Formats: sequence, structure tokens, C-alpha cells
Amino acid sequence: MAGLPPSVPPRKSLGNIRRAFAPWANPAARPLVTFEGVTKRFGGVTAVDDLTLAIYPGEFFALLGPSGCGKTTLMRMLAGFETPDSGRIAIDGQDLAGIPPYRRPTNMMFQSYALFPHMSVEDNIAYGLRQEGQPRTEIARRVAEMLALVKLEGLGRRRPDQLSGGQRQRVALARALAKRPKVLLLDEPLGALDRKLREATQYELMDLQSELGLTFVMVTHDQDEAMALADRIAVMSGGRIAQVAPPEVIYENPATRFVAEFVGDVNLVEGTITEASEAFVSIRTAPEGLVIIADPPPGLHPGAAVTVALRPEKVAITHAEPPQAVNKLAGEIWDIGYLGDFTMFQVKVGGEGGPLFKVALANRTRRVERPLAWDDRVWLSWDAEAGILLAG
Amino acid sequence: MNGLRAPHLVALVAGLGFLYLPILVLVLYSFNASRLVTVWGGFSLHWYGALLRNAALIDAFWLSLRVAALSASLATLLGTLAAIALVRFGRFTGRGLLSGAVAAPLVMPEVITGLSLLLLFVGAGLERGFWTVTIAHVTLTTCFATIVVQARLVGMDRSLEEAAQDLGAPPWRVFASVTLPLILPGLAAAWLLAFTLSLDDLVIASFTTGPGATTLPMRIYSAIRLGVTPEINAASTILIALVALVLVAASLIAKRNLLPRG
Ligand SMILES: Nc1ncnc2c1ncn2[C@@H]1O[C@H](COP(=O)(O)OP(=O)(O)OP(=O)(O)O)[C@@H](O)[C@H]1O
Ligand SMILES: [Mg+2]
Repeated sequence: MAGLPPSVPPRKSLGNIRRAFAPWANPAARPLVTFEGVTKRFGGVTAVDDLTLAIYPGEFFALLGPSGCGKTTLMRMLAGFETPDSGRIAIDGQDLAGIPPYRRPTNMMFQSYALFPHMSVEDNIAYGLRQEGQPRTEIARRVAEMLALVKLEGLGRRRPDQLSGGQRQRVALARALAKRPKVLLLDEPLGALDRKLREATQYELMDLQSELGLTFVMVTHDQDEAMALADRIAVMSGGRIAQVAPPEVIYENPATRFVAEFVGDVNLVEGTITEASEAFVSIRTAPEGLVIIADPPPGLHPGAAVTVALRPEKVAITHAEPPQAVNKLAGEIWDIGYLGDFTMFQVKVGGEGGPLFKVALANRTRRVERPLAWDDRVWLSWDAEAGILLAG
Repeated sequence: MNGLRAPHLVALVAGLGFLYLPILVLVLYSFNASRLVTVWGGFSLHWYGALLRNAALIDAFWLSLRVAALSASLATLLGTLAAIALVRFGRFTGRGLLSGAVAAPLVMPEVITGLSLLLLFVGAGLERGFWTVTIAHVTLTTCFATIVVQARLVGMDRSLEEAAQDLGAPPWRVFASVTLPLILPGLAAAWLLAFTLSLDDLVIASFTTGPGATTLPMRIYSAIRLGVTPEINAASTILIALVALVLVAASLIAKRNLLPRG
């Protein structure tokens, strides 16, 4: 099935925050891919559990989650290699039930690349076009175009075993893109690459996607990759979706404790709401009796058990007591980890047996001797808006 | 050859000698000028010339080649189908039975196989000859072919076939353009193995053949009952050379397809 690219205006940008692209917020927008109550079991294991999801045309969608949470299974059901036990999967409103993989408007880039070892790079890329019965000249033109796209001109006659890992990965990408599928599925596409090549390829992927206006669904368990590339991220856990949202929402407004912990570093403090008003809520933590002030979330009342999630870089660390801070806690530096761009402090709050807080401080000068040292008594402070309140 | 000390060398020579001395003697005496098998009368190709004029031996040789080629082809076809069923169709009902049934002839005494085939052919009222020997050899060699092709299929990355499907190829075209080319070395090795097994089978052929169809091993065997002649030595030498050639080819192909590419 020849998948024509959906008409999406090309968008060129380096970051994803400034993009004015949010069809999921528009009730009139028609999703391209829909999962409705999809369940898949393997024997006793429920790999995908009553999952509902909509992906929009032109979207770069990432599936993120721990190993075994069902990402690959979800993707294989979309490609047609697994059949859901119940529920409905549709592309462009067409139910995919009973449609074999070779008649679906999707193409997949396999994690192992799955390049045909007995064919040249050109023949690999041309394979899908030949199945469509395109004329020879058209196939040759498209193959040349694809080789140029992934910057492999001149390597068309080589066999896959004569290429480096990074080149093979590009061939796999070119082969999956050659038919211009409505949906391109990428299962951990950059897993085998070193960090530098990975980052370069990430930008290339983004450019390609906006250039071609295709819809990408990518599996990864690298959160930085998902953050850098995706319009939206679905965080999965145990065959279910914990949250679907743009990267900045996933990070700054995680819906559950699992999402907060899985994406990025976080401090979690459990407590009970003691006071709630229009302006703020006050939380008392359980064993230590610390008081934390946060912005009032809707629907939580005094007496409710909550978890406060606090990102390490939102916390300030000083020797002097900050006079005006809404939240301030005294503590002692327990550990210092130098990470190059950041230094991560572990601060013990409230004396012996108290909780450890992670605090990230950007290294904004090149001075190596830092004013903060092991065992220093310090103050931690943060704004009311910094703490995320999670139920339970 | 490092580390090959005298005791090792003795053991090696003794072992190889035990295995190959009889064959060596046979090959040597095929070039004997003398008619007496046990007396060396100088080098000669005389018996090879005589062999060429021995119509009965030549007929037997051609018959053996035809039986071997045809039965090897059929066995490779059936073996490939069985291997695909065993490896690709997952857990179907009767899978255990099929894989057992495929392996059983490997350990079945040839006399039993031969006898049971004979009973079958007699019972079915088939006239014994070329076709019955060929069918019997297919029975003998299919299990070997299955095992060789199966090993190749198991070693093949499943995602290659999925990738072909994903790119729009229906199952038969996936098989023709991806699966088949990749298991081809296995098929060739299976064919060559089946060919040699058929070529030097005596027992099963003796049970299942008829008056008109005498294979080369049968002809040689019946000839030496009347006394070994240098002519038979020459025929045996040619047979040995053929089998050795084919086995070397098979092992080369098998080695090439087992080694990782690149
Ligand atoms: N063919 C199969 N047979 C049996 N169980 C399977 C099969 N495929 C997947 N599973 C199980 O389903 C669950 C989800 O697997 P899946 O491969 O989708 O995980 P994943 O999220 O892709 O993990 P990873 O990040 O490790 O690739 C796992 O518990 C896995 O063991
Ligand atoms: Mg996976």
C-alpha cells in the first residue's frame, strides 16, 4: 500500500518547545493512529493491558518505559506481527484487524536493522519499491534520493557486511523510509550507536521527519532521546500508559509518582496536607515533621496523603539562611558528585535519620574549588511552585 | 605444527592408518599391471581401460548416478518442507511427533528399513526396479536433508523475513527472495549429503531393486563374490573419488554458511 505523506506543513526547528504543533489539544483534529482498549497476552503475561492511545499526522511520538513494559509489543501490533487479543487498532480510520503486515501503510526500522545480507545496499533500499511494482527508472531515482538523504552516496553497491554499524543503521532507515509510509515505526533505532553519533543522528532524524512530513513512532528507553526528539512521549509501565504528554509536561508535571521517578532525577517526600487555601497548601511530612509549602492543586483537601516531587535543579543551596524563601530546610552535605555540567549534592535534612535531598547546581564557573564542601551546614530553599503534588 | 610430539604422531598415524590403509591398498592395486590381486606387477592404467569396456559396470554406474541425483533432489525438497514446518510454524499439533518421525530413520538399522520397504513395495504390487530404489533412497536420505536444512533455518534471523513482509512482500515472495537465498547453502549441503548416501548404499538397494536395475555397489559386491579383480578395484576407486569429492564440496559449503559474514 503506497502511503502518501499526510499534508503537514514542514517545520524546521532545533528544539521542540517553540513548535506551534499541538493537534492533540485540538478536538477537531483527526488522529492518524488509534489504539482502543487494546490488550495482548503471551501465556500468563499481559504485555499490553487495555491501552488507548491516539497519534496525530506529522507527530514524532515516543514510547518510553522500562524493559518489558510492552513497547515493542505495541509497535509489533501496529506493524501487524502480533494480533491483539481484544481492542481495536486503526490507521486513518481503517480497522487493521485481519490486514497482514505486507498490506499495512506502516514501515518499520528494526532494532537489529534486519538488512538482507545477500543484497547490496541499493537492493535493500529498493526492496519495498519493487514489491509495489514501480518502474525501474522510478525505483532507481528513489533509491538515489534515499541514499542522498541518509548521506550514503557511493556506497550503494556494497553489501551490508561491508558497512560500519552507523552506516548500516542509515541503510535500515533509508529502506524503511523509501516507501514513504504513513507511519514509520522505529524500535530503538539508535541503540547501537555511540553517544556522539547518536546525538548527530537524533538531529538528522528530526530534520528528516519534518522534511518529509511523516509520522514517526519511536520506541526507546533512553529518556534524553525521547525528550530531545518527540512531540509527545507516552510513558509506559506494565503494559499501560502512565502519561502521554509533551516532554516538558512529562518532566515538569508528571502525572504519577512512577513518571516523576522514571523521567529525570527527583526528590520524593511523603506527607499529609495540613492546610489548604486559594494561595497555597501546607504539607507536613510524616516521620520528620518538616513543613513544605506548595501551590494549591485542584481537588486535594486537608487530611489527604500526598507525595511532593521536587526536581534537584529547582532547589537552591546556600550557606546563609535565605531570608525570604517560602520553603527552607537546614541540612548537612552528605555527598558531592561532580558531573561536569552539574554538581549533584546529597543533603541530609533534619539531622540523623532524616531524608536525603538531591540538589543540582549548574557549574557556571571553571573554578574547581567550590565554596561548598562535605559536612558543611547548608540551607535548601525553593519556591512554592517548584514542588509537584502527587496524590498518595 | 606446534606441540605435536612423537607419541601424538604415532597415535595419529596409527589411527589414520587404521581408517585409510584398506582404502589405500585398494586404490594402489587398481593401478596394478598384474592380473593377480596380491602381486604387484608395476604401474598401469590397464584396468581402467578394461572398465570402460565393461558394459555391465558402466550401466550400473549410470543407474547409480541417476538414482542418486533424483533421490537427492526429492529428499532435499521433502526435507526442506519438513524443516520449514518444524522451525517456522511454532507449536502446532503433532510437532513433537513429526520431529521424532523425521529423526527416527537416522538410527533405524538399514536392514529393517530395506525389509520394510520391500514388504511395502510387494504389498502395493509395484514392479521393483529404478523407481523403487529411488523411492527407498528418498526414504533413507530425507531425514538427513531435514536436519541439515533445519540447522540453517534455525540460524537465520527471523526479523529478516519480518522486514521483507513489512516492506510489502507477501509470504511466497518473502520465501523466494529472502528465505530461499539465505538457506540455499544448506539446501546444497543437504543435496550433496543425500547424493553420497544414495550412491554408496548397498543394503537398501539390494532389498528394493529388481532384476533390471543393479546399482554400482551391488555390481561390485556381486563381482567380488566371484573373486576380486583389479577391474573392480578400479571401479571402487572411481566411486571413492566421487564420494570424497562430493563430501568435500558439502563440507566447504557447510563451513561457508556457518561462518559469520564479513
Ligand atoms: N513472543 C513472546 N512470547 C512470550 N512473551 C513475550 C513475547 N514477546 C514479548 N513478551 C513479553 O511481553 C512483555 C512485554 O515485552 P516487550 O518486548 O513488548 O517489552 P519492551 O517494552 O519492548 O522491553 P525492552 O525495553 O526490553 O525491549 C515482556 O514481559 C515479555 O517477556
Ligand atoms: Mg523492546
